[in-house]
Amino acid sequence: MATLPDLAPALPEIFLACASMALLMIGVFRGDGSLRLVSWLTVASFIVTGFLLLQGPEGRAVTFNGLFVADSFGTFAKLLILIASSLAVILSVNYLEKERVARFEYPVLIALATLGMLAMVSANDLISLYVGLELQSLALYVIASFKRDVAKSTEAGLKYFVLGALSSGLLLYGASLVYGFAGTTSFDKLATVLAGAEGAPSVGVVIGMVFVAAGLAFKISAVPFHMWTPDVYEGAPTSVTAFFAVAPKVAAITLFIRVLVGPFGDLAVQWQQVIQFCAAASMIIGALGAIQQKNIKRLMAYSSIGHIGYALVGLSAGSVEGVRGVLIYMAIYLAMNVGVFAIILSMRQSGRAVEEIADLGGLSKTHPMLAFAMAVFMWSLAGVPPAAGFWGKWAVFLPAIQAGLYPLAIVGVIASGISCFYYLRVIKAMYFDDVTEPLDRPTPTAGFVVAGAALFVFPVYIFFLSPITSGAAAAAAALFGAR
Amino acid sequence: MTLTTIAFYAFAIVLLASAVRVITAKNPVHSVLFLILAFFNAAGLFVLIGAEFVAMILVIVYVGAVAVLFLFVVMMLDINFQELRQGFMQYMPVGLVVGAILAVELVFLAVTQLAGGPVGGQANNAPIPPVDQVTNTEAIGQILYTDYVYAFQVSGLILLVAMIGAIVLTLRSRPGVRRQQIGQQLDRKRAEVVQVRKVPTRGGV
Repeated sequence: MATLPDLAPALPEIFLACASMALLMIGVFRGDGSLRLVSWLTVASFIVTGFLLLQGPEGRAVTFNGLFVADSFGTFAKLLILIASSLAVILSVNYLEKERVARFEYPVLIALATLGMLAMVSANDLISLYVGLELQSLALYVIASFKRDVAKSTEAGLKYFVLGALSSGLLLYGASLVYGFAGTTSFDKLATVLAGAEGAPSVGVVIGMVFVAAGLAFKISAVPFHMWTPDVYEGAPTSVTAFFAVAPKVAAITLFIRVLVGPFGDLAVQWQQVIQFCAAASMIIGALGAIQQKNIKRLMAYSSIGHIGYALVGLSAGSVEGVRGVLIYMAIYLAMNVGVFAIILSMRQSGRAVEEIADLGGLSKTHPMLAFAMAVFMWSLAGVPPAAGFWGKWAVFLPAIQAGLYPLAIVGVIASGISCFYYLRVIKAMYFDDVTEPLDRPTPTAGFVVAGAALFVFPVYIFFLSPITSGAAAAAAALFGAR
Repeated sequence: MTLTTIAFYAFAIVLLASAVRVITAKNPVHSVLFLILAFFNAAGLFVLIGAEFVAMILVIVYVGAVAVLFLFVVMMLDINFQELRQGFMQYMPVGLVVGAILAVELVFLAVTQLAGGPVGGQANNAPIPPVDQVTNTEAIGQILYTDYVYAFQVSGLILLVAMIGAIVLTLRSRPGVRRQQIGQQLDRKRAEVVQVRKVPTRGGV
């Protein structure tokens, strides 16, 4: 008689799964007009999930026959994901109502996508990696085309779906090669097998690993797998873009780190080259691609590509400090992006949503506080001290320099310099251009989120820097300790 | 022993021949029928190796549902298959490249197997329980519902998302459609809707 698996480590995920199904039922039975209720209940269930996460078992717990792992590395990332998803839902409600796509499925799909992300972060086997990734991606494809009557939105959804399916194919192909040549899919067993192998690692495993890395690089939109990002960011409803820019990135990069450091830790020499290339290319493309953009959502897409490049710099160092740096970077990235997207979501001219940089013209005269907050975010994204973004870059570049990756660090600094140009262009539009048509007053919720994020980015982060740093350090140590 | 061998070759030959006919048959309905034949023979091969559960599932799921669905699609939709074939020579080089890659991989895999198998040896593979002790239904159940129950449950959620997605993206509530209102139907009393009239003989209603 088989015994029940230990459910305690997976309690947050089980709760979220049940909660999202219950929310679906509530929405179905209340019918249209239940968006607001379901959204707030979704946020509440995210909060409960976060609480359960913090109450979870200490140390590293593996359950479900080795498919699922709960450790402090995962907990750190999951908390970031839950915060990002909650804020995305909070910001979406007003936008969806104004765009007349207020349907209760939206928060339910975000809850299910978040569940997929939690499953990704906790994956301890190539199979659980894949199912978590698909749960996340499938929900994201649907919400990308949520405005189904708008051609751009359906195009974004379809484009994301086709390319996403391709990347899943690459990942699966890589996973099958790894299984074929190493004889196991479990991360723990893979680590032992690859550590025990003498001489040069098997070519099949290396090729498989590169394919898995390519599939995951697509999900974090690292160059050369970034082509979908600008189109999807531009086409998807803005509230969806705000969600895409943060939570899935955190989940995918965490999974990326877990896969590369855990099972493939002994192939570090092989994957470091790949990651270094991706990091350098992402930073350069992110910086150069954004210069031409007039649409602020496309600008943010290139900006996110660049930021993923900076985060990968930390990973390519392959050290505990590097992983710690990536986690700190993602935490700060979350705050900056949520703030910027809260502002983009409130860009409306007499009720109509606008998304050109020129529409921000003269914002300092019409909404001085909003303009100031946007300026703070832009400074921070550019990585200018003393804003929080600078410390994020500091945390990823320092380990890279310690690991002797001087060329990468130099590319990063140059790319940062170039990217300053387009971030400053937004500030120039707000402070020095003339008002074309004043923007509407932002809703109180958006204003609240903008103010909170701006204050966090500068100067409140100083108080949070030490808990974030110690949390990230513990998380990175847990990941490396498990090897 | 010899009977099994004869049965194996019979099933295998028919399977391969019908598989070839699936892609060469001019009439798409014939293609689907050959596909069904191929499934039946594959099921026969499964029975020969003692995997009776898989054999039955193959017949029930693939023949009973999937192939019949294909048949419906082929017969209901008016697709000109001659037109579809026209790009054959155009796509041939791409197909050859993909085929070559697959062939190289197979050789690569075979060489590795001959050179001593996977890096970690066969010990890493999930142990296959002996056929005489565990029926294959039980073995599959063990893998699906016990060892990989987590993946199974998450797959269920993925299907739920697919369902929600299909509804979100395609369901439109059309105004002016007369829908069945079950509550109203059940609320009707006999007295409200049925009248008993005395019809006089030869008088009409």
